[in-house]
Amino acid sequence: MDDLDRALINTLQGGFPICESPYAEVADRVGSDETSVIARIESLLQRGLLSRFGPMYHAAEMGGALSLAAMEIRPEDYERVTDIVNNQPEVAHNYERNHRLNMWFVLATETPDAQQATITRIERETGYAVYNMPKIREYFVGLKLHV
Amino acid sequence: MNAPNDFRPLDDTDRRIIQATQAGLPLTARPYHAVAEQLGMEAEDVMQRMQRMLDLGIIRRIGAVPNHYALGYRANGMTVWDVADDRIDEFGEQVGQLPFVTHCYQRPRHLPGWPYNLFAMVHGKTREEVEAKTRLIADVLGEASRACDILYSSRILKKTGLRISA
Repeated sequence: MDDLDRALINTLQGGFPICESPYAEVADRVGSDETSVIARIESLLQRGLLSRFGPMYHAAEMGGALSLAAMEIRPEDYERVTDIVNNQPEVAHNYERNHRLNMWFVLATETPDAQQATITRIERETGYAVYNMPKIREYFVGLKLHV
Repeated sequence: MNAPNDFRPLDDTDRRIIQATQAGLPLTARPYHAVAEQLGMEAEDVMQRMQRMLDLGIIRRIGAVPNHYALGYRANGMTVWDVADDRIDEFGEQVGQLPFVTHCYQRPRHLPGWPYNLFAMVHGKTREEVEAKTRLIADVLGEASRACDILYSSRILKKTGLRISA
């Protein structure tokens, strides 16, 4: 990573402008030019240093529902259950974690009813209980990874 | 205004803009014009609608998501805490303010096996770093925290972006 990489990663976590030439505005902020900024963002995405770039939509505000859910899976069933859970289009992320509750996934659905339907389907197909942990409250955090 | 649950602030045009941009913004000099052209709309209209969605919180922000893992933050710990219900908002706000906490939520307990109701994601380059930062959270919570644990992800089983359909 060079200075432009770092400057872009730091500055782009904040607000990207809505205007005719937003990359030119970002270029002014980081002391570069429009063409270089566009090429460099593309390169940061290609190198995987940024996982995405654009508007972050808020699922709940769009009428949808987002939740975190966990399961306790016996080792001999882990791969079978992984296949079933990953096959649900509503499952956005799924992680193995080092805990008695060893599978944690994010459910993104268009409606709260669809969330419950997905959980019921996973429980029926896997034979395991799903512990649903939708957020009750979100506490403010800044955007602050500094590289 | 209607009750929040009845408030439907998105029309079909907004949803087309969401679909066209949820995977990312075009990397061209005039990205909003490119979206407008793709959708057969005026650029002014696209920008006004996106600004409105930003003001309403439908768009959280426009920008980049750093890949913590690729940037060297390989030990990502989900720290979980059992905090007294009547003090959780006060402490949740304080924990969220810590510079190394990237997500902070109150979630329901599942007793008896899962007593934790406060989740704070901590990123670090090593587990030692995550554990040191977790001790700083413990200092903030003091006696309000009755139990805690750190869950590390050992494997990514699935990772896709969030998508809405038409």
